[in-house]
Amino acid sequence: MTLFFQLTLYLYLLATAVYVVHFLSQHKQVRAVARAILLAGGILHTVYFVVRYVAAGHTPLTSSHEAVSFFAWSMTWAFLSFWWRYRVKNFGVFVSPLISLLMLIAAFSSQEMAPLPPALRSNWLPVHASIAIMANGFLALAFCGGVMYLLQEREIKKKKFGIFYSRLPSLEALDNLNQHCLALGFLLLTLGIITGSVWAKQAWGAYWQWDPKETWSLITWLIYAAILHQRLTMGWRRRRAAIMAIVGFAAVLFTLWGVTYLLGGVHSYVG
Amino acid sequence: MLAESIVIIGVNHKTAPVAVREKLAFSGDCAGPLLTLMNIEGCQECCFLSTCNRVEVIFVASDPAAAAVAVRGFLFAKSGLADAEAQQYSYLYQGMDAVDHLYHVATSLDSMVVGEPQILGQLKQAYREALEQKTTGVILNRLLHKSFSVAKRVRTETNIGGSAVSISYAAVQLAKKILGNLQDKSVLLVGAGEMAELAAEHLVRQGIGRVIVANRTLERAVKLAQRFNGTAVGLAELTTQLAEVDILVSSTGATDLILTKDQVKPLMRQRKNRPLFLIDIAVPRDLDPELNDLDNVYLYDIDDLKNGVDVNKAEREQEALRAEGIVAEEVVKFGQWLEGMDLAPIITAIRQKANGIREAEVAKTLATLKSLSENERRSVELLANAIVNKLLHEPMVFLKNNAPHDNPQLKLAFVRQLFGLDKESSDQ
Repeated sequence: MTLFFQLTLYLYLLATAVYVVHFLSQHKQVRAVARAILLAGGILHTVYFVVRYVAAGHTPLTSSHEAVSFFAWSMTWAFLSFWWRYRVKNFGVFVSPLISLLMLIAAFSSQEMAPLPPALRSNWLPVHASIAIMANGFLALAFCGGVMYLLQEREIKKKKFGIFYSRLPSLEALDNLNQHCLALGFLLLTLGIITGSVWAKQAWGAYWQWDPKETWSLITWLIYAAILHQRLTMGWRRRRAAIMAIVGFAAVLFTLWGVTYLLGGVHSYVG
Repeated sequence: MLAESIVIIGVNHKTAPVAVREKLAFSGDCAGPLLTLMNIEGCQECCFLSTCNRVEVIFVASDPAAAAVAVRGFLFAKSGLADAEAQQYSYLYQGMDAVDHLYHVATSLDSMVVGEPQILGQLKQAYREALEQKTTGVILNRLLHKSFSVAKRVRTETNIGGSAVSISYAAVQLAKKILGNLQDKSVLLVGAGEMAELAAEHLVRQGIGRVIVANRTLERAVKLAQRFNGTAVGLAELTTQLAEVDILVSSTGATDLILTKDQVKPLMRQRKNRPLFLIDIAVPRDLDPELNDLDNVYLYDIDDLKNGVDVNKAEREQEALRAEGIVAEEVVKFGQWLEGMDLAPIITAIRQKANGIREAEVAKTLATLKSLSENERRSVELLANAIVNKLLHEPMVFLKNNAPHDNPQLKLAFVRQLFGLDKESSDQ
């Protein structure tokens, strides 16, 4: 089982390296190789989840290792799914390092399978946890898009055409990417909070109990709601939207780790 | 030497920044400058070229050094710069270097964007105006005609125009990087000059959605708008239109800024921060440089645009190298012609001398032979003629054909001595 995880990690790292080579050389064949490696990693990652599910006897989304690994999984598949309808030039070189980084964090977390606490034994566990983490996947892509936007914008604004100008897509395309990922991520985030709240009612008898994770999810949700609202009404597009996508992602990361390690609460992972 | 009398003095995008170039921008036709230049002492021929990237005077003068100072003074008259500074911002080419430079200009090798087609048209126009004012003579006529044919040769034999990279092309590339797909975007042309037209042409070819033309004279705007299926508006509507469009190309002949930061700032809110790409191809500048500080506003002037092209750089460099080869070859050819030009007066002098002797001797002989019939008299004339021509043939061939290692100047001096040409002229 650990073998699957290790192999997946190596594939992701290799894909990252090949994406970097492609970014510098811009040979089409190299990109095809990078994508194939990433796809193989994504498939192996899926296999790893199934194996772990069977071994644990419950949805493997309860430990920090599992959550972060699933986070990486959803980023990979969200990215690969873009291939069908939405191609963004050189997006891979920004996404794959983040995926690899998440996998490295997962690799250094405890991979033990702890028995499921009674409170978490529910059909809501797979629904709530997977939706909430998949939201993170899309929001992470929006973050990558935001970084790319700022890099590209900087070169155009300063009129110094360096490594990014020819390689990155147009500002318009990056802004669309941003909007696309934010909209999907926000939808999933909303669903994650709703399902969590329904589950909380069943488990603890209250929809909302201001557990730190709940509070921070709400704060994150409010940040993204504000971004989307301002975007539609006030024209917070482009540069500001890119910055906000990065700020919003910081809130996501804090909700994921900061809360667990600094604030505790019922959401604290088992492992 | 005849070649040394050809001089080019000028300012271009490489030697002077926009800020300096706009100070000496000449507008309107070239008649005024041409007549002023011809009044410079010793200036025998001249041609005046003024585009948005360069101002150049091509002239032939008997005393090149003195004329050069006067020409530079004329170029920088409005700038208020001292001659020392003017020298720093301008270039001076003399003799074969001048020929080489002119060929570089005509073939666009000296252009901001190598391979751009506009410059040849601009040079032809400059020559046409010089012809109208009758300011060119034997040397410049030949030199300019040659430069056109060299440009044509470079265009057909190399592919430097193939990647079609003009300034407007660079602007279109940038527009795409900023705005993505151009199909649902619109452009506002302010000023209906030649450059605006070119930019619009490129944008239309790239599928821009809508073209709006604003001009001081509405008539010209309507004319240009019709060409691109667009709409024409007056200059007063500038800010109203600016709230809607995505690209603005400004190329007016206005001496002051036509758009400032404070005018655009409130518009950005109205535009809901839709990005705005401003292109300033006017000299002097139309748009406030501070506009670039606004969020989602991207301002490029002509100097900025040259960095915008990076398509097929290696290939273009290769083609440019081939073009350089052609230019070098043609410069040598022109040099040979110039040397032939020095030869011409000698040949004329030799012929004159020989014909003088022949005529005198024939007349003397015929005076003593009065019994000859008309036919016999003609035979004597033909005989004398044939002897002169046959005798002169080999020396002429020797003069005109230069073997690679010959020193033409030395040869000319020898021939002058041989035929006693210098002695005769000093006798007179």
